[in-house]
Amino acid sequence: MPGRSINKAMLRTLWINMMTISSSTIRIDEQEIFFEAGQTIMDAAMAANIYIPHLCHYPGLPPSGNCRLCVVGIGNRSVAACITPACAGQEIRNNTAELNEVRKVVTQMLFIEGNHICPTCEKTGNCKLQAIAYFLGMLHDHFPQFYPHRELDASHPHILLDRSRCILCDLCVRASREIDRKNVFAIAGRGIQAHLIVNSPSGKLVDSTIKVTDVATTICPVGAILIKEQGYQTPIGQRIYDQRTIRETAQQEYVSAKAKNDAD
Amino acid sequence: MSTVCELPSSSFEHLLHRLYAVQRQFLHIPPQAMHQIAIEYNVPISQIAAVVAFYTFFHTETCGRYHILFSNCTSCGYLMDGHNLMQMLCDQLQVIPGKTRQDGLISIMETSCIGMCDQGPSLLINDVPFSRLNPGRINQIARQIISEVPVTDWPETWFEISNALYRRDLLLTESLVPGSALQIAFAQGAEPTLKKIARSGLRGRGGAGFDTAHKWQSCRTALGDTRYIVCNADEGEPGTFKDRLLLQRYVDAVFEGMTVCAAAIGAQKGFLYLRGEYRYMHPHLIEVLEQRRKLNLLGSQILGQADFQFDIDIVVGAGAYICGEESALIESLEGKPGIPRIRPPFPVTHGYLGQPTVVNNVETFIAAAFIALKGDEWFKTRGTELSTGTKILSISGDCKFPGVYEYPFGTCIQRILDDCHAKNVQAVQVGGPSGRLIHPQDFDRVISFEDISTGGSILIFGAQRDLLIIHRNFAHFFAHESCGFCTPCRVGTRLLKNHLDKIANDRSTMVDMLEIKRLSHLIQHNAHCGLGHTAANHILDGLQNFPHTFEHHLQNDFSAQFDLHRALANARQIDQQSDAENPLD
Repeated sequence: MPGRSINKAMLRTLWINMMTISSSTIRIDEQEIFFEAGQTIMDAAMAANIYIPHLCHYPGLPPSGNCRLCVVGIGNRSVAACITPACAGQEIRNNTAELNEVRKVVTQMLFIEGNHICPTCEKTGNCKLQAIAYFLGMLHDHFPQFYPHRELDASHPHILLDRSRCILCDLCVRASREIDRKNVFAIAGRGIQAHLIVNSPSGKLVDSTIKVTDVATTICPVGAILIKEQGYQTPIGQRIYDQRTIRETAQQEYVSAKAKNDAD
Repeated sequence: MSTVCELPSSSFEHLLHRLYAVQRQFLHIPPQAMHQIAIEYNVPISQIAAVVAFYTFFHTETCGRYHILFSNCTSCGYLMDGHNLMQMLCDQLQVIPGKTRQDGLISIMETSCIGMCDQGPSLLINDVPFSRLNPGRINQIARQIISEVPVTDWPETWFEISNALYRRDLLLTESLVPGSALQIAFAQGAEPTLKKIARSGLRGRGGAGFDTAHKWQSCRTALGDTRYIVCNADEGEPGTFKDRLLLQRYVDAVFEGMTVCAAAIGAQKGFLYLRGEYRYMHPHLIEVLEQRRKLNLLGSQILGQADFQFDIDIVVGAGAYICGEESALIESLEGKPGIPRIRPPFPVTHGYLGQPTVVNNVETFIAAAFIALKGDEWFKTRGTELSTGTKILSISGDCKFPGVYEYPFGTCIQRILDDCHAKNVQAVQVGGPSGRLIHPQDFDRVISFEDISTGGSILIFGAQRDLLIIHRNFAHFFAHESCGFCTPCRVGTRLLKNHLDKIANDRSTMVDMLEIKRLSHLIQHNAHCGLGHTAANHILDGLQNFPHTFEHHLQNDFSAQFDLHRALANARQIDQQSDAENPLD
């Protein structure tokens, strides 16, 4: 059609058509789903409303692959769904007793390496580590506690950093870098000594550029980064995971991230 | 893992080198220095702090003017014939391991294997290796330190390092005239050179055995602005020391191999990543590079090739086993903590600074240089169908002739043991702690990619050894070297370490056997990288092949992980009460 310029909507239609043409399928627990080129197994599963348990993944942020809760089986290999590209014809095991057992043990590991005492934590009920433990039927820690000594940073007037509860998921690091464009956090140290550090000359939050409104402040899945004086605004019993499972909130996170992405 | 900050241009000193210089000057890396370096390199201070915290040779607390690192490897470690050499020196100098003495004169710590396994107990003093330790030497060292004699004035003979080479085969009987392999490669052209490497069947000598020609070809055809060659000289596997010899005596062949590769794939820049423990070889490598530049074997228009320029930089690591993993090594080259990347993409397409990169180890580049020179048929005269050529082994432990040996692939373990005069062998750890623990009934198995693959470490354990001490040593090693990125390895290696301590302390029951087996499988299958995948191999092999190692430590009844009496000792002392007055049971 001469004279007609290509607008955004046309490009979008074209894009969708291309994606449809180029997409293939993978199979997760007998369910065949489509994926688009460049998607990970996690991306494809989320788009198809299949839940793969995860803690260090958040839709819209680049994946990291550190928590290992999203391990899925392909043949005789275990891979992290959040960092493994979907490939046509993959046969993937996800919701199996064996894999959920692995995930439960990994969750227990996360519990015992930090100091996670749910009844004294103001994040209780809103905590993803606690929620995933319930979801996986984890009834005890199993392993002896490590009881680490980790530094608490209460320097900031509005934000608390309690490293005792940090699970090293790297979400705040990525959110600060990719969304807030600030680079407030990093993970330093090796092995069990790995710990969250703050990008300021003093190493304290108060000297960083972090704000209460930053995504990095609110993305923490556990009670490591908390906004002060808000801990009990929602009574226990009416909190997120008092009402929904982590499976449901994961899907909500995906839907809102997609809506935001589409709007952009 | 992406970051918004890339390393500054190559005219800058490498970040690890800059930090090392600061450490030398101040005996630690003070916060002000980190702040200043962050500004200089235009990176967040958190990145500098993360790097300092990651590498064991960097310290934020002041080290002693004499800074001593004892190897804790099973072959070159400080435990020798019932002596604890580190403790001996600590006692004589009144210093606590890991803590700098009050007057700042001395600090003594332990470190993972320093690659002196054929030389007996060894240490690094102010980065210089000191081998063949014994109680007498420890006394002498203590006296030198007490009189504050500078290390440079100590008797030179103390620092002699022999490079015993007991068996030469295909590669090590050759000598390379610098430039000779390159000349042939230029004469034949890039494609034919690649085809020659492909026909030779050369596979990576690090242990994984990836097809070398395939790697080079993939890098050559990958999209990128430029290409890089990286030589992995970060041999950190306890029990490996062959690179120490190769970098002393065959380094021209290493650089030649890198240059042949560069010519074949079109790279202009190469790096040799040298493990921090081998820093003392740095001047030698620099000298050889300089000679090669003078011979026009590096630089621009190499050997008159108008369109070919290539040069090599040495980057010295700072104590991190994980940097032997190729993507962790590349992170380290980029001035970051050595945390293995998400793969795919692989380094051949997205390596150093995101560009296509070939990473091969020292031995692979030497083999490539000689294949370019002597041809693929020559190379295939040794080895098996799937493992052509030879393997250079570092043999240490309980044998008469520890040293470097070159064998054709397909050589059986018994033959190797006979050659090094190992008697009454209880077990052999092939491939270092991440490899396999082999029982005498399997000594007819062979070194090859299709049977027992190894990067070259062979640790021999005689009948007198308690294998549990070995397992415990390995478990401590992995817990110390885990990068901490993924949960199964970070927490799992620590749990295994605690479990083995518990078994060694005679506080375990049969349940603990099941538990370490379960944990080992979990780490093996679910960790992020090769370190985690292999960290529990030795335990699984031990449980299967040597169950008595663990069983004779087991209790019939449950016992708590900790000793209640010991835990209460302090309180009782304060309270002035004895166990008898307050029985616990």
